[in-house]
Amino acid sequence: MSVSRILLGLLEPRAQHGYTLRQRYDAWFGASRPLKSAQVYATLQRLDRDGLVDLAGVAAGEGPDRRVYAITESGVTELERWLDEPEVPEVTGSRRVLFAKVLIALSSGRPADALLDRQRQAHHARLREMRARRQAGDLLAQLDADFEMYHLDADLRWIDGAVGRLDRLATLVRRPASAVEGAS
Amino acid sequence: MLRAKDVALRFGQTTALDGADLDVDGGEIVAVMGPSGSGKSTLLYVLAGILRPDRGEVYLGDRRLDTMRDAARSRLRLRAFGFVLQFGDLVPELSLRENVELPLRLLGVPKVEARRRAVSLLRELEVDEHADRLPGQVSGGQAQRAAVARALVHGPRVLFADEPTGSLDSVAGELVLDALTGLARREGSTVVLVTHESRVAAYADRTLYLRDGRVAT
Repeated sequence: MSVSRILLGLLEPRAQHGYTLRQRYDAWFGASRPLKSAQVYATLQRLDRDGLVDLAGVAAGEGPDRRVYAITESGVTELERWLDEPEVPEVTGSRRVLFAKVLIALSSGRPADALLDRQRQAHHARLREMRARRQAGDLLAQLDADFEMYHLDADLRWIDGAVGRLDRLATLVRRPASAVEGAS
Repeated sequence: MLRAKDVALRFGQTTALDGADLDVDGGEIVAVMGPSGSGKSTLLYVLAGILRPDRGEVYLGDRRLDTMRDAARSRLRLRAFGFVLQFGDLVPELSLRENVELPLRLLGVPKVEARRRAVSLLRELEVDEHADRLPGQVSGGQAQRAAVARALVHGPRVLFADEPTGSLDSVAGELVLDALTGLARREGSTVVLVTHESRVAAYADRTLYLRDGRVAT
């Protein structure tokens, strides 16, 4: 998640201090990973250094969270660039790790179906969690949960597809490296 | 509460179940998933006493279903089980209300009482304004909610649902699943829910996965 660009977007309507920025961020995006106060402060300092925000004043109270920041013209330009640019449609993180685990398990002669069965259980448990969150939440929470649920569903479809082809995949990955390079 | 032990069943040369084991607690909602042909619907019909396995044992509580005589099994099904299938299978010539009254009437509940309970349940599932319409005159989602009401109106010990939202869009499907799981939990009914959709399985307490006629997880 591009925290710095999101904070820029939250600052665009009006200047704010770190505390209110963090509140809004957590309400919209923080369900799974709330923002730390130090992270907000450090990000705002970086944006200030890059000329994307300006210190507009200091609100009454203690601590760095009380500094009020405003977006600059350069900040608005950067925000628009970020909004206009499509995200690279790529699969990252744990999803790639699962693929790697399957290949490593098979290449070392270990059964990958048990690994995928355990992963399927973990995915279903997460789906149940998301569904409960979805049922209890408002529209924002529902769409947030939907986003994750559709991705979990896609993973589960991949797992089902992989389970059906493990024997062929095992044959492929256990070949010597020179033979694998030539395989299609 | 509902248990299958080493159940096997073949249809000609095709092996549908091959040593399936299952144990469902009372009041538990269990989803059964698996690829096409993995035996998940067959398992549901064996558990429901509709199909008799070639091998293995099926119990409801301490009563063994697979060796029970046909007449006794039919009586048990009527009293203790409810069914929701993919296309509802409501009687097309009867109104939604009459469909929901049906299990109660078959169990000998007087007409006035059966009607009162049917209307009350249809109201709870927000389809009471269509109570006097035929299944063909309402939407798929409304008909399926009536099917849920029919399956649960007599307070069955187990509700069997086979792809209950398979013919519906996601919004109508969610209303059906909310109704099905909400009512079942309130009534304490056990649910066996066969589905190929992981989002549907997420309504369950637990998901079992069938592969090659066995429960893999």
